[in-house]
Amino acid sequence: MSIKIALAGNPNSGKTSLFNILTGSNQYVGNWPGVTVEKKEGTLKGQKDVIIQDLPGIYSLSPYSPEEVVTRQYLVNEHPDAILNIIDGTNIERNLYLTTQLLDLGHPVVIAVNMMDLVRKNGDNIDVEKLSKALGCPVLEISALKNEGCMEAAEKAVELAKNHTHGDVPHVFKGGVEHALAHIEESIENVVDNNYLRWYAIKLFERDEVIHSELNLPEEVLTHVEQHIRDCEAEMDDDAESIVADSRYTYIGDVCSRSVKKAGGKHDLTLSGKIDKIVTNRILALPIFAGVMFLMYAIAMGSFSFSIGTMGTDWANDVLFGEWVPGLFDSILTSLGVSGWLYGLVMDGIVAGVGAVLGFVPQILVLSFLLSILEDVGYMSRVAFIMDRILRKFGLSGKSIIPMLVATGCGVPGILASRTIEQENDRKITVMTTGFIPCGAKMPIIGLFAGAVFGNSPLVATSAFFIGVAAVVVSGVILKKFKTFAGRPAPFVMELPAYHLPSARNVLRSTYDRGMDFVKRATTIVLLSSIVLWFLQTYGFVDGMFMAVEDSNLSLLADIGRTISWIFYPLGWAGDMAWKATVATFTGLIAKEQVVMTFGTLYNFAGELSESGNEIWTMIASDFGPVRAYSFMIFQLLCAPCFAAMGAIRREMGDMKWTVGTIAYMCGFAYAISMIVYQFAGLITGEATVGMWTVAAAAVLALLVYLTFRKGYQP
Amino acid sequence: MKTLKDIKVGGAATVVKLHGDGPVRRRIMDMGITKRVEVYVRKVAPLGDPMELTVRGYELTLRKADAEMIEVE
Repeated sequence: MSIKIALAGNPNSGKTSLFNILTGSNQYVGNWPGVTVEKKEGTLKGQKDVIIQDLPGIYSLSPYSPEEVVTRQYLVNEHPDAILNIIDGTNIERNLYLTTQLLDLGHPVVIAVNMMDLVRKNGDNIDVEKLSKALGCPVLEISALKNEGCMEAAEKAVELAKNHTHGDVPHVFKGGVEHALAHIEESIENVVDNNYLRWYAIKLFERDEVIHSELNLPEEVLTHVEQHIRDCEAEMDDDAESIVADSRYTYIGDVCSRSVKKAGGKHDLTLSGKIDKIVTNRILALPIFAGVMFLMYAIAMGSFSFSIGTMGTDWANDVLFGEWVPGLFDSILTSLGVSGWLYGLVMDGIVAGVGAVLGFVPQILVLSFLLSILEDVGYMSRVAFIMDRILRKFGLSGKSIIPMLVATGCGVPGILASRTIEQENDRKITVMTTGFIPCGAKMPIIGLFAGAVFGNSPLVATSAFFIGVAAVVVSGVILKKFKTFAGRPAPFVMELPAYHLPSARNVLRSTYDRGMDFVKRATTIVLLSSIVLWFLQTYGFVDGMFMAVEDSNLSLLADIGRTISWIFYPLGWAGDMAWKATVATFTGLIAKEQVVMTFGTLYNFAGELSESGNEIWTMIASDFGPVRAYSFMIFQLLCAPCFAAMGAIRREMGDMKWTVGTIAYMCGFAYAISMIVYQFAGLITGEATVGMWTVAAAAVLALLVYLTFRKGYQP
Repeated sequence: MKTLKDIKVGGAATVVKLHGDGPVRRRIMDMGITKRVEVYVRKVAPLGDPMELTVRGYELTLRKADAEMIEVE
């Protein structure tokens, strides 16, 4: 029989560090069923039969956030053998609030007071003996950063689990409340698991909706329970939820006054406070933030002498996937003497397709590394603090700024960076809109049309960036008005944790996890789609015969392009450019750089095309009028991102429905904007004429305006 | 009614009652803002909102719109 230990604690309490120390590399990362909350478990180092279940970092067991709900469900339904509760010794009052709730469940509990090194350094004193006596469970001192006392705490939890040593439930509630709870317990005695009688009674007293619908109590029991709650509320002159929270904090205040001694005055500036005097300073905060972002961007994706991310990616693209890997596969396939089609499939389909995506790994690793440091240090919550005012106007959270900024380099790490946004709705809207930001790979598309059609006007790139930002803002406003996102307003009540040095273990772990995740996506979704696109590009019907084609104008992809290009007719894609534009849209799904390369192939340009494709400018210019070119460009900027980014969306959304929804939304939005631009701008330049599509465009514009300015769902 | 929103930077106040309802109110209580607790207003964000508070020995930030739900004296 294995032993299950649940690791619980507040965010920023050092829970991740402790989990990494206890389990080492024996970790399994997944998702809690039905929600995008990360689920991590592992086995205790040296004890294969002890499973450590890492629970989400939470402040309370309220029913309002998905993290809290999965934690509750796990604790009540999965019956862990013991709970290891990690608390931050420098912030003990608020951390014990969760502890009092965990103790209600009646499981064996061990409390590990973390950051004891800091507590001592501050000259504070925590009497763990007294704390242990008051709370009725073992209390141990640890320092996860210095790896002191961690294994001992885990072993204590194992010991309690083996002996089934339950603590005494501390006397948190007084007189009238205890009276009401006793009556509620009595009336549900035969309904719930008796081990959790007290837990259910407290939750019913709080009028917890989740528990109400779970228990589905008969009417007369409910009335009886409600009567006791009302009596107690009248006696205490407060509502039940407040009474419970008050009682807990009053109890904690009482316990702490006896066992915790703090040095220093109440409002003295801590080291964190001093740092914040500068970092969140009224005048300096925004420039510092801009500086940090620029530095991060420069190191990971810039083209400076210290841009290690770019160097790595250039090396991966030019050497690793440009020479070594193709060379290796070339010699293997040649020595095996495989047939031509298989050689083409492996070299042009798989190696080129997957290689193009894996080339980004160095940049993603560097960016993840830097993001993990910012997160671990505590800077991310300051960013939210600084930026919240602007972003919440657009339905986004203060933390959404980071994904957006990162996405100007590459959408994939941008979307992955949305992980740091706790509120699910804000995170979803961020994931849905981050792809609109013009990334590095879209720059050649802009360059191509700016050069070919608009005489290299810098206005084209500027307007492209502006359209990307506008798409984010408008989408944020539109989406926030739908019931799905408006449902429960996400509270912005956030802790600004004390700054601390990053832990190398945590930073490397999280960098590795993010990097591996990307590699996994590239070798599954990207591999499959590369093969399919290669097949469509390479084969075709010539005189009714199915065969490999030399001329890409004859490929299946060209046929598909011709067959469905009418879809884009309202965007002005007509005539000879229509199918070429359609094909380029498809190949752009592998990577947006492919759009320009595809035009090179389709316009039969032989040889190496330069990045902006200036060799085919004249042909593009004669095929695309300015408005048509602009409509095409907008569509490419806003429509479905590349496969790698779709993989990232899938990762952050956690389910297929939301992933497909996001991609459909992006395509729909791109279509609508391109159509409006073409139909109206076309009227001015004479490229389009008044017709049913003008009416349709006007209707779509009216719809967008309505969606943006309507009142929206009010919860 | 005097609320936390009215307290100037550098000022402190004692919580009397929490108004409003639902998740935001519960979250505020969970974070330690309950009756009789002393709250110190540390600063306001560069763009004027949200505010940073010191409560129960740690730093907490909330929006002014939410601070308006907290009655103080």
